[in-house]
Amino acid sequence: MRTRERWALLAGAALVVVVLPALNSLPKDSPFHVSDFTLNLFGKFLTYAILALGIDLIWGYAGVLSLGHGVFFGLGAYAMGMHLMLEIGTQGVYGNALPDFMIWNRVTELPLFWRPFYSAGFTLLAVVVVPGIVAAVFGFLTFRSRIRGVYFSIITQALALCAWLTFNRNAMNLGGTNGLSGFKTIFGFSLSEPATQRGLYVASAIALCLAYVLCRVIVGSPAGKVLVAIRDSEMRVLFCGYSPAAFKLFVFVVSAVLAGVAGALYVGQVGIITPARIGVLPSIEMIIWVAVGGRGTLLGPVVGAVGVNWLQSLLTTHYPDLWLLVLGGMFVGVVLFFPEGVVGSLQRLPRFLTRVRRVRGERSPNSSNEGSYAPLGPRPQTPPPPRGPRS
Amino acid sequence: MTVNAAAQGSIIYLEDVTVEYEGFKALNALNFFMDYKELRVVIGPNGAGKTTLLDVITGKAQPSAGRVIFGRNTDLVGRRENEIAALGVGRKFQTPSIFANLTVRENLELALARPSKGVLATMRTRLDGGQRARVDATLEAIGLAAEAGLRAGGLSHGQKQWLEIGMVIVQDAELLLVDEPVAGMTDEETERTGRLLQDVARERAVLVIEHDMEFVRRIARTVTVLHEGSVLCEGSVDEIQKDQRVLEVYLGRSREERGPAHA
Repeated sequence: MRTRERWALLAGAALVVVVLPALNSLPKDSPFHVSDFTLNLFGKFLTYAILALGIDLIWGYAGVLSLGHGVFFGLGAYAMGMHLMLEIGTQGVYGNALPDFMIWNRVTELPLFWRPFYSAGFTLLAVVVVPGIVAAVFGFLTFRSRIRGVYFSIITQALALCAWLTFNRNAMNLGGTNGLSGFKTIFGFSLSEPATQRGLYVASAIALCLAYVLCRVIVGSPAGKVLVAIRDSEMRVLFCGYSPAAFKLFVFVVSAVLAGVAGALYVGQVGIITPARIGVLPSIEMIIWVAVGGRGTLLGPVVGAVGVNWLQSLLTTHYPDLWLLVLGGMFVGVVLFFPEGVVGSLQRLPRFLTRVRRVRGERSPNSSNEGSYAPLGPRPQTPPPPRGPRS
Repeated sequence: MTVNAAAQGSIIYLEDVTVEYEGFKALNALNFFMDYKELRVVIGPNGAGKTTLLDVITGKAQPSAGRVIFGRNTDLVGRRENEIAALGVGRKFQTPSIFANLTVRENLELALARPSKGVLATMRTRLDGGQRARVDATLEAIGLAAEAGLRAGGLSHGQKQWLEIGMVIVQDAELLLVDEPVAGMTDEETERTGRLLQDVARERAVLVIEHDMEFVRRIARTVTVLHEGSVLCEGSVDEIQKDQRVLEVYLGRSREERGPAHA
């Protein structure tokens, strides 16, 4: 890693891991105080950023558009949520050791698959392993059969729809439409304590930093070049002696695990997980975060996830009706004018300015060359805008 | 059989290979072999099975009958494309197929022969001095040393074709399959490509598919003519051009006599 990049990364990490929680512990009347509410909100955004990093790895680098990452996020969130439900114990409304929704559904005994979730260790393992295994099986079957492009995207969307329908069923004993909620403690710490929430925030911030480093290592290695190569020409990769299916499966599993971890951190901070969070629509929203932030850069998805959700929380407070229009407008804007997203476009800004200056200096309108591009459009040789997967 | 006797020292040997696409026989009991370090040009009218021949060698198409033997005794039938590539068969496609978003050097480094091209092995890969020298030498050979740090997507059409040939070279292939390398090239580029392929053929076997007869005449020692999925004849360029059957196939002189089924 280059030194400048390393310093920038450390500064960013220090900001999210140390500075924000420190400002939160300042006295309430201090002008720099960050409220518990704001910190909690940012904790949620950071979990989204972890998820977005994973999506960027598979979409931005390998060019495989998954419209089903809500499922992996949901699997992590539900695994954690199940443990938190069991931690409630007899403190629930009915004073029964069973989760309240099971009492409503006249379930008399804890279903077998719930039992291991009493163990915190098993739960943490499940958060990583369950999304990983689902992604591995699903990815093996699809990549091996050389299903790619829009066909892969459609199948992942079907997966999201299936998961949504399944988790909605009361018979699954996962809380149906209402999902899992009413958590009291996490690993013995009260969730209503600001200190616990601060701890969860710090855990999310650290997880984000680790996820970033992991992605950076993958992307910076020769294997990362193979991912970009798959995006450019999968056939050539195959005839160079690599198995594109193996590389795609690898990043797909890594990105699913990141989504699962994000889900687990999310559930403790937000206090509820429902099927509405894992279906088709949220999965597409996640894609928009990455597209707006900038695919194919690692900073992009983080900026996109935090930025779009921050904007959402600001706008929905003051102009609740406007939000969906703004979200749609942002996506259309990115597709039409900034296919490389906010971060990608900013990275190109210096080169663009140099070119403008040079063109003005020379006063020759025809000095454009291979590397140049029109001010308000994609470069001629850029792949199509983020509406579909690149083939 | 003469074919078998000659095949002892062959780099690639196809025996009675048939490839069918929904009843249509793209290759029909084809027998074909090439010697080590031979430069061979394959010609034939559209639909003669030229590209299918490359497909069946590289594992992109599976034969319904016959054997495809690489080197001493490696049967290629049933193997995956990346496996066959790792065994030492390189292929250059008709339209330039390179990695547009990587630099020219990165393109070559990625194609470079390595003990393992698995996911984890690739992640840990660091090039040693010999490998780096190899990439530099190839950059010189394909005339792209000055462009090494540029995005490959910005190269001209001819340069892209050379880069792809370079990628097949560093892949350490013993057998190079090259599909219409000079299509869309200027005369000067065509000449450079011819020299490049002849240089490559000093150390490896090269199979070139080409339509441009002038180019064929310049580089070829032996020419194989395919027609309707089988070998029509083989020989030097002069012999081929005088051959009555070849003229018929290309010019369709006796089409009426043979009836519309062959049209």
